[in-house]
Amino acid sequence: MQLTVNGTAYQVDVELDMPLLWVLRDELGITGPKYGCGIAQCGACTVHVEGMPVRSCQLPIGDLEGEVTTIEGLGTPDALHAVQQAWIDHQVAQCGYCQSGQIMAAAAFLDLNPDPSDQDIDRALSANLCRCGTYPRIRAAVKTAAASLKGA
Amino acid sequence: MGRLKTIARRTFLIGSAAIVGGVAFGTVMYKRPAKNPLLQDLGPGAAAITPYVLITQEGITLITPRADKGQGAYSVQAALIAEELDVELDQITVDPGTPSPAYYNTALANDMAPFRSTDDSIIAEFTRAVLDAPVKFLGIQITGGSTTVPDSYEKLRMAGAVARETLKAAAAKVSNQPVDQLTTARGAVHLPDGRMLTYIELAATAATLNPVTDITLRDPQDWRLIGKPMQRIDIAAKSTGTQAYGIDIRMPDMLHAAVTLNPRRGSVNSYDATTAETMRGVRKVVPVTGGIGVIADNTWRAMQAAKAISVDWGAAPYPADMDAHWKSLTDSFTDDQLDSQYRNDGDIAGALGNAEPVSAEYRAPYLAHAPLEPINATVLVTDARVDIWTGTQIPRFIQANISKITGIDADNIHVHVLMMGGSFGHRLEDMVVRQATELAMTVKGTPVKLTYSREQDFAQDFTRQIAMAQLRGTLRNGQVDTFDLGIAMPSVIGSQMGRQGFPAAGPDTQIVAGAWDQPFAIPNYRITGYRAPELAPISSWRSVGASTNGFFHDCALDELIHAAGADPLAERIRLCNHAASRTVLETVGEMSNWGSKLDENQGRGVAFCLSFGVPCAEVIEVTATPAGVRIDKVFAVADVGRIIDPVNFEAQVSGGIVFGLGHAMNCEITYADGAAQQSNYHQFEGLRLYQCPEIKVRGLENGRTIRGVGEPGVPPAAPALANAIFAATGQRIREMPFNKYIKFV
Repeated sequence: MQLTVNGTAYQVDVELDMPLLWVLRDELGITGPKYGCGIAQCGACTVHVEGMPVRSCQLPIGDLEGEVTTIEGLGTPDALHAVQQAWIDHQVAQCGYCQSGQIMAAAAFLDLNPDPSDQDIDRALSANLCRCGTYPRIRAAVKTAAASLKGA
Repeated sequence: MGRLKTIARRTFLIGSAAIVGGVAFGTVMYKRPAKNPLLQDLGPGAAAITPYVLITQEGITLITPRADKGQGAYSVQAALIAEELDVELDQITVDPGTPSPAYYNTALANDMAPFRSTDDSIIAEFTRAVLDAPVKFLGIQITGGSTTVPDSYEKLRMAGAVARETLKAAAAKVSNQPVDQLTTARGAVHLPDGRMLTYIELAATAATLNPVTDITLRDPQDWRLIGKPMQRIDIAAKSTGTQAYGIDIRMPDMLHAAVTLNPRRGSVNSYDATTAETMRGVRKVVPVTGGIGVIADNTWRAMQAAKAISVDWGAAPYPADMDAHWKSLTDSFTDDQLDSQYRNDGDIAGALGNAEPVSAEYRAPYLAHAPLEPINATVLVTDARVDIWTGTQIPRFIQANISKITGIDADNIHVHVLMMGGSFGHRLEDMVVRQATELAMTVKGTPVKLTYSREQDFAQDFTRQIAMAQLRGTLRNGQVDTFDLGIAMPSVIGSQMGRQGFPAAGPDTQIVAGAWDQPFAIPNYRITGYRAPELAPISSWRSVGASTNGFFHDCALDELIHAAGADPLAERIRLCNHAASRTVLETVGEMSNWGSKLDENQGRGVAFCLSFGVPCAEVIEVTATPAGVRIDKVFAVADVGRIIDPVNFEAQVSGGIVFGLGHAMNCEITYADGAAQQSNYHQFEGLRLYQCPEIKVRGLENGRTIRGVGEPGVPPAAPALANAIFAATGQRIREMPFNKYIKFV
């Protein structure tokens, strides 16, 4: 079957019930999306499908409709997305393992809600777990990213 | 590291092994320098003088042997070397190096000694020095106990300074200029005439010289990097999905593996893998320590197949249900189980005989480490050597254990330490590496990556200890007069070191850590540790003994202070007999505007714990809403003696607070029929963003000795929350998790 990830078309031969996460990680070698819980409890595997945030550990590849964007496709170290730049400016990451998912969730959220209240941010990002406890900096970075996207 | 080896064959290394042996850190017993591991595999014409600084024609690599679990250890170690070496952090790469006795951890021994960290008497220093000897002798290269900074602080600056002065000597030789006319900056030696020679240009000459070891470290007021806000060297990679963790390793022809392990940690009576063996992508089904492994061509396929194996598991080698675990602790407050009584001030028996004591009992549950990256290891076994890629805090133990399993000499066991997606003590264990090796031995020549499913990671965790405490106290004239606390728990160190084959002799200081060593002068003050029999396997969990004892000790003190009718902060300050700790308490009072009026349904609690040599106080404000308790604000003050990077300091303390609060609110591991009942994050939630309070952190530098900050923020969080809930609601919660008794919003 065929899928498009970060603008590149791929052909894979896998079971229809294999989750998108494992197609990305083990079949295509795209390791930005992380395996954390496998049951949509942590959000580390978050990617965009047609711009919408999706838990890739819960999406069977057979049900995939649309183009996939992973953290690698959002921006690169040389061409950062505004959310990634804000994450760097606020030095959010500790272990960093959840941050791909946090950033993908934040980017999709700011697309839909460019001017979020504190409560909006809390609601939108509370499904992403951070075991290191970087939440205060995540909040601050989302606000910075929102301001920077509005100015852009 | 592979890269390091390749480079070492054709390039030059600068620095000094002498600093490892004695100049900076020698003890009377072991002055001989440990072998420099960078010397290994050097080709003709190359030279190596230091374990920490590697200069090649491609660039400058700083060796940072303490592992990075997310606490920023690589950045901190690099900054310490760079400060004296006169390179900037954008000019270097870091490499964790190869496991070696040269990288032994001095500071770890300091905290094994039964002396209060505030005790700088001759006998305390002498004992620490004696304990240091075996740590060095065994070459224990461990990352843990908040020791990275204390261990590295002088050692790494010294390594940078030796390398710098040796490079200057090389420049003097090349340019015929006197050394005292030379300066260094941004990776180059500057000559009086304005010309400069880069370190890379000078490497070949420097490698032929004896290292310059007669050096004085710079005055802190001249520092460029230390003490100033830094950008972590991994921050861009971690914000773009390009940071490779152990779980991300990929190699040609690599196979993927999963396991199904006995949830009761007992034997395998029998198993049927008929279905699993026919599933797509499955190559092999192999018995491993503790269960059965599946090797396949994809992780998900391996996990699906592992679930399809039906197994008849043996019984647990510990009590099957929680009632028996708690009873074992309740029964341990006896003379037979007495482990230590490091503090016994005044006349406890007399004081308790004269008044009806205030008494209370406290409990703390087993807790999983549950770092977000499930544990994993990639192993390649050939006839001659074994290569292991994994995130670990114990590379030297792994070398020894895998040598035993494979029969291959430890020198040919190569451990490549990778970035960790969290640990909190989880990666002080190496069962996953042993199992991955057992799997890889059946497909020699092909690398195998074993990834635990999240469910296996929870089920097989060596959890935080279960613990219990009993308080008896008396009051006199509105003050705390007697504080008698008994603490019972199984020995963490006994369980953990037992799995490494080391018997843990003598009392386990962790049974009373965070309680016996608190800086208070109470007229009658006794802390007794009772060693409960071994129960479920346990291991170090961020802040170890203090994670339970900080809660017991401070809540007990809070109860007595309230019973005496005293102010919780003022009475702690009055009782405190350690200047730096008293300042920490006073500062948190000032930050939180202690004593200012709150709304009727609000409450404010303070807690203090000195752990890992760091006094830390936290004030928490909560609101009792009709739907449950909301945590509004946290104010925290910690004194680490010297702050290396204020940005990371704040991150570690505030992260520690979130960690301490989340587990106190809603986390526990319980056993039923010998198996953990919690299998994933829906049953072990921790704190989520919407519950995260505003956190304000202040660092102080009054302490005499530099200390690490990865753990000390954790212990005061739970008691500060319990004390705040009491202030807001009048309800005293004596058992974690608190959601057994109240709701949180």
